[in-house]
Amino acid sequence: MTRFRRLSVALLAVPVLVLAGCGSGGSGSDQEKTLNVFAAASLNKTFTDIGKQFETDNPNWKVKFNFAGSSDLVTQLTQGAKADVFASADTKNMDKAAHGGLLAGDPVNFASNTLLIVTAPGNPRGVASFADLNKPGLTVVVCAPQVPCGSATEKVEKAMHVTLNPVSEESSVTDVLAKVTSGQADAGVVYVTDGIGAGDKVATVEFPEASVAVNTYPIAELKSAADADAAKKFIALVTGEAGQKILSQAGFAKP
Amino acid sequence: MTRTSGLPRWIYVPAVIGAVFMILPLVAMTAKVDWPDFWSLITSDSSLTALELSFKTSSASTVLCIVLGVPMALVLARNDSRVIRWTRPLILLPLVLPPVVGGIALLYAFGRLGLLGRYLDAAGIQIAFTTSAVVLAQTFVSLPFLVIALEGAARTAGADYEVVAATLGARPTSVWWRVSLPLLAPGLASGTVLAFARSLGEFGATLTFAGSREGVTRTLPLEIYLQREVDTDAAVALSVLLVAVAAVVVFGLGSRTLKAGGAGGW
Repeated sequence: MTRFRRLSVALLAVPVLVLAGCGSGGSGSDQEKTLNVFAAASLNKTFTDIGKQFETDNPNWKVKFNFAGSSDLVTQLTQGAKADVFASADTKNMDKAAHGGLLAGDPVNFASNTLLIVTAPGNPRGVASFADLNKPGLTVVVCAPQVPCGSATEKVEKAMHVTLNPVSEESSVTDVLAKVTSGQADAGVVYVTDGIGAGDKVATVEFPEASVAVNTYPIAELKSAADADAAKKFIALVTGEAGQKILSQAGFAKP
Repeated sequence: MTRTSGLPRWIYVPAVIGAVFMILPLVAMTAKVDWPDFWSLITSDSSLTALELSFKTSSASTVLCIVLGVPMALVLARNDSRVIRWTRPLILLPLVLPPVVGGIALLYAFGRLGLLGRYLDAAGIQIAFTTSAVVLAQTFVSLPFLVIALEGAARTAGADYEVVAATLGARPTSVWWRVSLPLLAPGLASGTVLAFARSLGEFGATLTFAGSREGVTRTLPLEIYLQREVDTDAAVALSVLLVAVAAVVVFGLGSRTLKAGGAGGW
């Protein structure tokens, strides 16, 4: 019996140790400290670069990112996730965070993004304007109205009195882009930054009506911040010259 | 009730922890449901459309799974040639593949620019963004479930009766209909239930391959994923509905046959 008991203790210890191992990622060597940044998925590339800059400027800091859809991030924060900084892809989700009492300071707008049409390289179907998306036989993919890029597309449609007939309403802008780069769809409506990020895999068509639906990106320090000074420093870097340069190279406009 | 003899008592500790781990999230989600509004949440137009589409596509893909999967399972169980032995793991691979990967693979096979899709497109057959794409995606992920359940049942049943029937003069086709299939009925039932349930829950491959449009390709899991962006209450209510439907399918049709026929398969 004692042999069994020892074995059972060992069996029970396994999951406990595994769980403990998962949780102890944060405390590193010496005095290295970690800044946790929750940022919208569309900021993945630019914020990774800005994070590297922050680590160069502050050698004893490491920046850890959690990139996801803005509404997912707000949900995670509301459910008790701890982070220092939150950067949202729209003001709506930042407002949600503010209402939930998650913010330590007022949010600052640091960038903006507008819509753009992407097509196959060389634009074989000759899409020249937003209204061209209604050409017969053209398969068009947009974001669903429930997500920010889709509500922006809807705004443009309303302003232009055009109703698109998309073959699919995707739940994320990356899915729209993927449908165009894979050749499944002829054209898609995405953000300028996504179009630029896709490089020569797509042709881009700008349209002036995009200005009716400008998406503003706010950033704010969180109440759960472990080190308020570091959080402020990171925000200053994003809104400052170095951060703005990285953002504008990726296609973001000033807020 | 028969007492389970021979099991050491300590084994119940990890078993109970495992069971709680599986059941607790479902209980927590059910507790989170906004019950007073539950009915109106699940009977909204978009929910009903998604539910109907899910039932139709899952039924269609289950039929496809049976039509293709039963012969596949029998060939795998009865033919021991090297080609078959090498093909087997390839056919069962989607079992362990993330569905998103399955969707990407389908895209490069049946998409507009895909290996086969480009010829279909030239012939005027377009699969992308249609309900057929949903059925293809569901069949791709569900077929191995049916095949593996049925193959196990066929191996357990053995080929003895078939051999006897053949020596008594029955032709292969009538052996197939009158001997092989009736023997496999329990395995077929459990495989069908598994395939249907898997189709009902299919998300990744559908999202990647078929897109998302109300009434055409937006099945219940895709509707849940989208609702979550704006209305958590609706997403939770629909999730509970999906769990309930799956539970009815598994318990109503399957639990007995899952035990009887599926045991050999797993």
